[in-house]
Amino acid sequence: MPKDSGIGAPSKRREDVRFLTGAGNYTDDINVHGQAYVHFLRSDVAHGTINSINTDAAAAMSGVIRIFTGVDFEGVGGLPCGWQVTDRFGEAMQEPGHPVLAQGKVRHVGDPIAAIVADSLEEARNAAEAIELDITELPAVVDMKAALEDGATKVHDDLTSNLCYDWGFVEDNRDAVDDAIKNAAHVTTLELVNQRLVANPMEPRVAVGDYSRANDESTLYTTSQNPHVIRLLMGAFVLGIPEHKLRVVAPDVGGGFGTKIFHYAEEAFCTFAAKACNRPVKWTASRSEAFMSDAHGRDHVTKIELALDVDNNFTALRTETYANMGAYLSTFAPSVPTWLHGTLMAGNYKTPLIYVNVKAVFTNTVPVDAYRGAGRPEATFQLERVVDKAARELGVDPIALRRQNFITEFPYATPVAVEYDTGDYEATMVKLEEIADISGFAARRAESEKHGKLRGFGVNCYIEACGIAPSNLVGQLGARAGLYDAATVRVNATGSISVMVGAHSHGQGHETSFPQVVAEMLGIDEGMIDIVHGDSSKIPFGMGTYGSRSIAVCGSAMVRATEKIIAKAKKIAAHLLEAAEADIELKDGQFSVAGTDKSVAWGDVTLAAYVPHNYPLEDIEPGLEETAFYDPANFTYPAGAYACEVEVDPETGQVTVDRFVAADDFGNIINPMIVSGQVHGGLAQGIGQALLENCAYDENGQLLSASYMDYAMPRADDVPFYEVDHSAQTPCTHNPLGVKGCGEAGAIGSPPTIINAVIDALHSGGYDVTHIDMPASPSRVWAAMNAVK
Amino acid sequence: MSKVAMTVNGKSVSGDAKGNTLLVEFLREDLRLTGTHVGCDTSQCGACVVHVNGKAVKACTMFAAEADGAEVTTIEGMANADGSLNVIQQAFQDHHGLQCGFCTPGMVMSAAALLKENPKPTEAEVRDYLEGNICRCTGYHNIVKAIMAASGQDVGAIAAE
Repeated sequence: MPKDSGIGAPSKRREDVRFLTGAGNYTDDINVHGQAYVHFLRSDVAHGTINSINTDAAAAMSGVIRIFTGVDFEGVGGLPCGWQVTDRFGEAMQEPGHPVLAQGKVRHVGDPIAAIVADSLEEARNAAEAIELDITELPAVVDMKAALEDGATKVHDDLTSNLCYDWGFVEDNRDAVDDAIKNAAHVTTLELVNQRLVANPMEPRVAVGDYSRANDESTLYTTSQNPHVIRLLMGAFVLGIPEHKLRVVAPDVGGGFGTKIFHYAEEAFCTFAAKACNRPVKWTASRSEAFMSDAHGRDHVTKIELALDVDNNFTALRTETYANMGAYLSTFAPSVPTWLHGTLMAGNYKTPLIYVNVKAVFTNTVPVDAYRGAGRPEATFQLERVVDKAARELGVDPIALRRQNFITEFPYATPVAVEYDTGDYEATMVKLEEIADISGFAARRAESEKHGKLRGFGVNCYIEACGIAPSNLVGQLGARAGLYDAATVRVNATGSISVMVGAHSHGQGHETSFPQVVAEMLGIDEGMIDIVHGDSSKIPFGMGTYGSRSIAVCGSAMVRATEKIIAKAKKIAAHLLEAAEADIELKDGQFSVAGTDKSVAWGDVTLAAYVPHNYPLEDIEPGLEETAFYDPANFTYPAGAYACEVEVDPETGQVTVDRFVAADDFGNIINPMIVSGQVHGGLAQGIGQALLENCAYDENGQLLSASYMDYAMPRADDVPFYEVDHSAQTPCTHNPLGVKGCGEAGAIGSPPTIINAVIDALHSGGYDVTHIDMPASPSRVWAAMNAVK
Repeated sequence: MSKVAMTVNGKSVSGDAKGNTLLVEFLREDLRLTGTHVGCDTSQCGACVVHVNGKAVKACTMFAAEADGAEVTTIEGMANADGSLNVIQQAFQDHHGLQCGFCTPGMVMSAAALLKENPKPTEAEVRDYLEGNICRCTGYHNIVKAIMAASGQDVGAIAAE
């Protein structure tokens, strides 16, 4: 029987009630008295020189308050990049400026050129039509390899080329890997594309800037996963506002998936303009605007080679990737293809020699940054596709080949600089085999064939590095911030509790799962505990939610703060009970003296803390509030094994996902209902990548997929019911809850599973197709089949 | 500007609307019923679904003036009279059919319209009906389960956790 409260219970989400009744408070629901509206005039060409911007006619139009252009931001900082990668020659990456509004040049379709602030949105939009732009269009660079050719048009004139960095990892392994591949019994090679995606949280981005002349304070309401990070970046690097004069509020946020981590121009603009115009300024993105201004994800082009010995043991892996940065460096962009990608190339396997080369490239496209999984899906896709291809070339079972090469002893130091603390890849594979009913596959395939369909089975393993991240380590790797988190546990006089956390919930259910932990530790009812998040003026400085870090890092801070509460409460209880502190036990919300029937209730102790009439004032302070900052000792390493069955219609190339099974090891679990939901959502995003989604540019840098008419989001009838299991648990060894994080797994593990299944289906029909790039749309599948017919 | 009057969630309301004011703008900005959301600009996402004279309508594709005289129900009008969650809302909570909550009002409104037309839909019928509602968080699994559960079906027997 599952527990009905505390750690491990499938507690229903308390936040659901407001969302189900229309009482949520999203940023666009916030209107500040007297607010004006901003509309951004954006570039409709990918690359051009701005000769002039004439705003005279527009400025005279009804309702227009002020029109801003790049000139107004010349004395203001640009949008900062939070991570500096060092290339394989020891040089810092090339780092271009990123102005809030374009200065001199536009570098991608959607680059903001002018901002019209008006009494109404309609008036702002109308005025934008009257702005006279004189832009000389320049050749655009879109293809990454072409962008690196000699003489290619440069995205940034002040850089030496379009190469951001050429990164090698581990550089000392390079020659040994080359030798191992040269001397291998078998080498499997695969060239593939991990296509550009758009995260597409259902809530478009919104920013509302406000300024108080009374105390010189600015407030920004924004759709962010990390309000303190935005406050730090915008205050310190862009607008020069000290932290205590800047408040950033991220209220209910309608999904993030990475793209709401970053600091965006519109946030800085609204904060700046609110002061400059002495009016609150609101911006709400349209979906089309979101497509051309939200940071995109993925966009890697890769060649991978896997070397095996005569016994099919993996002996070496070499991979070369071109990673698109887009036109500017988004907040964490440089870290994604490097430290979140190269370090994961060992996967679940004991490959002794690995070398990863990544060339990051500027192009005239929207900046690319972290999207659910961020680097880890790109690593998993290439590794698991090449392993599957190797199995097919060698004529061995793909599960057996994986199993044979599994890492089995922990801790395990990979040749790509990370140490997996714990795991059991065999356990998740066994779970997968149980649920997937592999023995029944032949019959299901025969049934499909009766209906003229080809059925394929695909399998995949993944590992990810979550719980981001140890500050001293990431500092050495180029991070310009720490990656700890923080929690304050405020116990009130009556015993109710507010927990102020640095993590931010935008779908993850923290308001439910975090109290489960504190309730378990104190033995009190979950309903006595509330989580406060999303407001920099209320919460301690924490780094927010991404990289499956919330429970592993912020949850650990919350545990540490709660431990401090318990320690102090025991001192108070000892005083009240006239007993030795060491003899006090806390169970079910009662403090008792061991071996006696003497006890005081939680509420008696909390009341004493705030009404300290009978209280050890000489030893401890009144009150009961504690803060902890937690910096993780290592990453966490969730892992799992996935399988799916697809049907391919050979007449049309249409792929249908019939079954999907996910067996994950997330370590200990706080709320299994929420964990399953996180996996489901990740699976749908991965299925979307594998079969549907593609952010496409033409050769001139025009964005072809800028609406839901052109960008194929997964819909309810594109996916099956999933079968997910997370009973194989190896608890994390270095955080107090033994948790690993679960937010990204589904999106990491599913794309290669689907493509492996599609290839298997085609082979069953006699089509010797070795690879299909994502999305495996009907036209691509059909073309691939016809190419080998 | 012209006067529009309608019944929203059982209450008579009126206001001034321009000819191009969308119903969703009127609901959100004039009536401050912010539970109805805008997630796209091409009538694809369904976050803005409301009921107009008993039919599910995307409130971003209808002018406020077109709803003059109509009976409109929004997510704010869906709970039981005592304020408790109605059977569909309760099923969404029980089956974890929402995460960030942004698409949820539209999902609940579409689900209500579906169950009115088809009181015991199959899985395929639910998925087909939700073609015009996009969710990015849940992968649809628990939404489909919740809707089938709200129709009285034993979803434990139909889908895994």
